Amino acid sequence: MQPFLFDRAGSVAEALRAVSDATVIAGGTNLVDYMRLGVVSPKRVVDINGLNRETAALGRITLDHQGLRLGALVRMAEAEDHPGIRAHYPVLADSLALAASRQIRTMASLGGNLLQRTRCEYFREASWPCNKRRPGSGCAALDGLNRQHAVLGTSDACIATYPGDMAQALLVLDAQVELTGPGGVRLMPVAKVHRQPGATPYLETTLAPDELITALVVPASPWSWRSRYVKVRDRRSFAFALASAAVALDLEGDRVKQARIALGGVATVPWRAEAAEVALVGKPLDQTTARAAAVAAFAGARTRAHNAFKVPLGQEVLVQALLQAGALQPPPPTTRNGVTHA
Amino acid sequence: MPDRSQSAAVNRRHFLAAVGGAAAGGATTLPGTGDAAAAPAAEAAKSSDPRVPHTVTLTINGQDHQLSLDARASLLDTLRDRLGLTGTKKGCDHGQCGACTVLVDGRRELSCLRLAVMAQGRQVTTIEGLAPDPHTLHPMQQAFIDHDAFQCGYCTPGQILSAVACVKEGHAGDDDQIREYMSGNICRCAAYPNIVAAIRQAKTEMGA
Repeated sequence: MQPFLFDRAGSVAEALRAVSDATVIAGGTNLVDYMRLGVVSPKRVVDINGLNRETAALGRITLDHQGLRLGALVRMAEAEDHPGIRAHYPVLADSLALAASRQIRTMASLGGNLLQRTRCEYFREASWPCNKRRPGSGCAALDGLNRQHAVLGTSDACIATYPGDMAQALLVLDAQVELTGPGGVRLMPVAKVHRQPGATPYLETTLAPDELITALVVPASPWSWRSRYVKVRDRRSFAFALASAAVALDLEGDRVKQARIALGGVATVPWRAEAAEVALVGKPLDQTTARAAAVAAFAGARTRAHNAFKVPLGQEVLVQALLQAGALQPPPPTTRNGVTHA
Repeated sequence: MPDRSQSAAVNRRHFLAAVGGAAAGGATTLPGTGDAAAAPAAEAAKSSDPRVPHTVTLTINGQDHQLSLDARASLLDTLRDRLGLTGTKKGCDHGQCGACTVLVDGRRELSCLRLAVMAQGRQVTTIEGLAPDPHTLHPMQQAFIDHDAFQCGYCTPGQILSAVACVKEGHAGDDDQIREYMSGNICRCAAYPNIVAAIRQAKTEMGA
């Protein structure tokens, strides 16, 4: 590991002063791994874990009739265990519980989880060409082993998969990130956070270099309880998705009024499948309509030598997620943490 | 016969502890790790030289240790190489196997992915500090013996600490849940059915 300067930020203001020329560390589960591999070599690392002593909201979960606010330093495991999130935003609780291992979820912050690197094995191994790790060096995956790689949102420069789970849940819940920068606080839809690789795969997000995620904000909606995350992996637990689907449905009887669909494991970014949503609106939810939506979701897929299986697999995962969400029952009006929802 | 293997194990442990202690002593003379007494002044000046070590107080198994640390040092390497606490094992060193699991403020973490400088002010529990006293095993340790929940034993300290946290979190409800919430601990010998049985037993004894 390359030597680096280490510092602790004691306040948000201090963190903001450091953030443009230093790498921020919270849980460190992604960053420390890459530093040890020599994939990233920051000159300066600033620990922001102390910030919630000054700004308690950074480490807090609040849930009321307006929605859910998750401080950026809340750990994945804390949100996963929260009874109110499980009852009212099941897609979010499931996306967290199915991610990584419990040890990693205990360490990893929600802000850091959203910003985990889009990556593949060629990115992790510093001896291969990789346009993301070393711009202009080429992509070893295009004609290499690309079974894990993306089929949606790819470019000739990069086909690495966005590996996270929570971002897809946040997409279908219309969540926003709260960003704090030198000019103050702004909200941005989670849907605008990630960039497709295009010719610049090393630029993964739209965040300004001097901004810090301080919270995730999920609006309350009368149908966010009807949401589901389904994830298929090579092994049953502790693996990245080969294909996953987050869905949230507003049903009137058996008819779809609104649908939100996001795909994981198959795309270069958390992938909102709008064509599939449109295909469902106004239709009854059943095997036939779910399958038609799934076909629409993958209409633009571009496969490589080893990942063509992800198209039928991803379609099947989406069909399952839709039908399972359709079968959900609403939560009781009062949950164990005392929050009442209509 | 059981007595002899018992004493052999103790001797090996004492031997390793002694070697670890010697390594810790030697490490202070290496470039970059510096001298603990000189560090606070250098640190106060907010050094722009990454060779200047950090003075950190780590609380391990209830005991404070003041150490002079390179920022790169993982909690895992610090436990093993500086403090001689070799019960915590290094498997993959990349957060994929769980052998290095320790409890930090009672929650399970991977000591390979935690920078030691970031463990300051936290209560760290390793396998050496789990038992209530030197003559009594923690119920989870006893359950692993009762159920033969290991073969080579390399992953066992991590399995046991992870299992203790799994029970305390309330994630040992049934075998499926135990398997899911223990998936971060890989066992190369595949003692999984025995590990699940051990956790089931210890759960009852821990009053969960």
